[in-house]
Amino acid sequence: MSIDKDAVKRLANLSRLRIPEENLDEMVGEITKIIGWVEQLQDVNTDGVAPMNSVVEDMKLPEREDVITDGNIRDQVLANAPEQMDGYFLVPKVVE
Amino acid sequence: MSYIIKGETGDWEIVVGLEVHCEVISKAKLFSGAATAFGAEANTQVSFIDAGFPGMLPVINHECVRQAIRTGFGLNATINKKSIFARKNYYYADLPNGYQISQSDMPIISDGYIDVDLEDGSTRRIGIERLHLEQDAGKLMHDQHPTKSFVDLNRAGVALMEIVSRPDIRSPEEAGAYLRKLRSIVRYIGSCDGNMDEGSMRCDANVSVRRPGEPFGTRAEIKNVNSIRFVMQAIEYEAMRQVELLESGGRVVQETRKFDSVKGETKSMRSKETAMDYRYFYDPDLIPLVLDDEEVERLKREMPELPDAKKKRFMEDFGLPAYDAGQLVAEKETAAYFEKAAAGHDAKKVANWIMGDLFATLNRLGKKITESPVSPENLGKMVDLINDGTISSRIAKDVFQFMVEEGKSPDLIIEEKGLKQVTDTSAIEKIIDEVMAANPDKVAEYRAGKDKLIGWFVGQTMRASQGKANPGMLNELLKKKLAG
Repeated sequence: MSIDKDAVKRLANLSRLRIPEENLDEMVGEITKIIGWVEQLQDVNTDGVAPMNSVVEDMKLPEREDVITDGNIRDQVLANAPEQMDGYFLVPKVVE
Repeated sequence: MSYIIKGETGDWEIVVGLEVHCEVISKAKLFSGAATAFGAEANTQVSFIDAGFPGMLPVINHECVRQAIRTGFGLNATINKKSIFARKNYYYADLPNGYQISQSDMPIISDGYIDVDLEDGSTRRIGIERLHLEQDAGKLMHDQHPTKSFVDLNRAGVALMEIVSRPDIRSPEEAGAYLRKLRSIVRYIGSCDGNMDEGSMRCDANVSVRRPGEPFGTRAEIKNVNSIRFVMQAIEYEAMRQVELLESGGRVVQETRKFDSVKGETKSMRSKETAMDYRYFYDPDLIPLVLDDEEVERLKREMPELPDAKKKRFMEDFGLPAYDAGQLVAEKETAAYFEKAAAGHDAKKVANWIMGDLFATLNRLGKKITESPVSPENLGKMVDLINDGTISSRIAKDVFQFMVEEGKSPDLIIEEKGLKQVTDTSAIEKIIDEVMAANPDKVAEYRAGKDKLIGWFVGQTMRASQGKANPGMLNELLKKKLAG
């Protein structure tokens, strides 16, 4: 499977990455190579093999009980925010 | 009964599927130990997990899993022993991780249905495709600052159940009935409080139109409509828009639309070309959720009686008509009130008083039935007092109002206000004699053949007795006396 420039642009947009126009061809080549490498897996015959959903088997999903054990750490939660006011994070205005 | 849009070129049928997000009732969030309570100060109920700090591992809250299982039983659905959490990837300021932990191809609940009652007395079965668990996002405020949005992550990470119906809904009325029934079920179970105006239950509607019998048309998705009435309006508007579009030679594009409740119309938010691609993949932080058979069985045994079963029981045990039973079971609290009030009393009459005077009074006072000034015990007692002839139905209306105002028991009110029905023949006769003596001309007219004056005499004598005379006796004695 090969990938074109538009697909790379779209992927970059979805990932919030800005890729300069002049680097796009290089990215197309690299991503195509990566996909090609992963595609080798298609050669393996998996008839009758159940899909593996997780690499961890024989283990139960760890669970917590419904108890409040966290929170009230607003200063720490906000500590890395570039901007904050009145206990809120501030972000560039986003209105749809 | 079927809902058909009469277009210029013929009939159109509408096809609707609803996606309902129900905030799960739990103390802590789905994957963190932060509190879920509504109304706390901004960002005080946020853990490092909810804020998307690196290196934090989500650990699932088992109560949220139980709530999903209970709700699955309420939807007559399959409880899947194994389900998997996946990441739904998108960037938005209310989603610190850049992904929402949700479930994709292996949800915890699938293949259920609910039966909804329609106005004309018929019942429709609406299929449920799935219910899955996922995280809620944070809250954005846009009106606090000219160039910035404020972000509060208190809601981020709270558990949601997304309940997806099959495209079985064929009219706005069915959509409304479906939502009311779903809300009633989750409230009975206690898995969601179902308050659409507070956002703890939110609805997206997928709407398309087609010629009857033809394959499904292209659908538009109307996002985040926040009341049952608006959902019905949005569907009606959107279906009409699509019919007009198709009949004028246009095509419906698959897109996300928004309902403007002020204008009563839907408008485009984003079309498929710019549509989201969520790139779902299984969350590597979470291994599959495997349910314990014994616990699932136990939860099934512990299920409360749900509206359908309760309605059936009210009809069988109390002899209520289907409509009345349906009204009384819609809210769990109303059903509980009725059961208390009807125990050992005339259930049909109790039901009428609840649906009539009590509902009207609560409406007027803006109170819930759990805050009713008239206790269920006192209402039951009052119905007994009507049935044994202590008070007439007319006086009962007054007694009821005194109960609303004073909260006292009906026998005490009747005693204090002297409202006991007069059933003493001689006392009633005395009143009749007085009225007749004061109106000899009317008596003469009546005796000359003006029969309909009887109504006037009943009114006069009833008023003279302050409404307390037993109506049956009064009528009988009056006729006898007037006959001379």
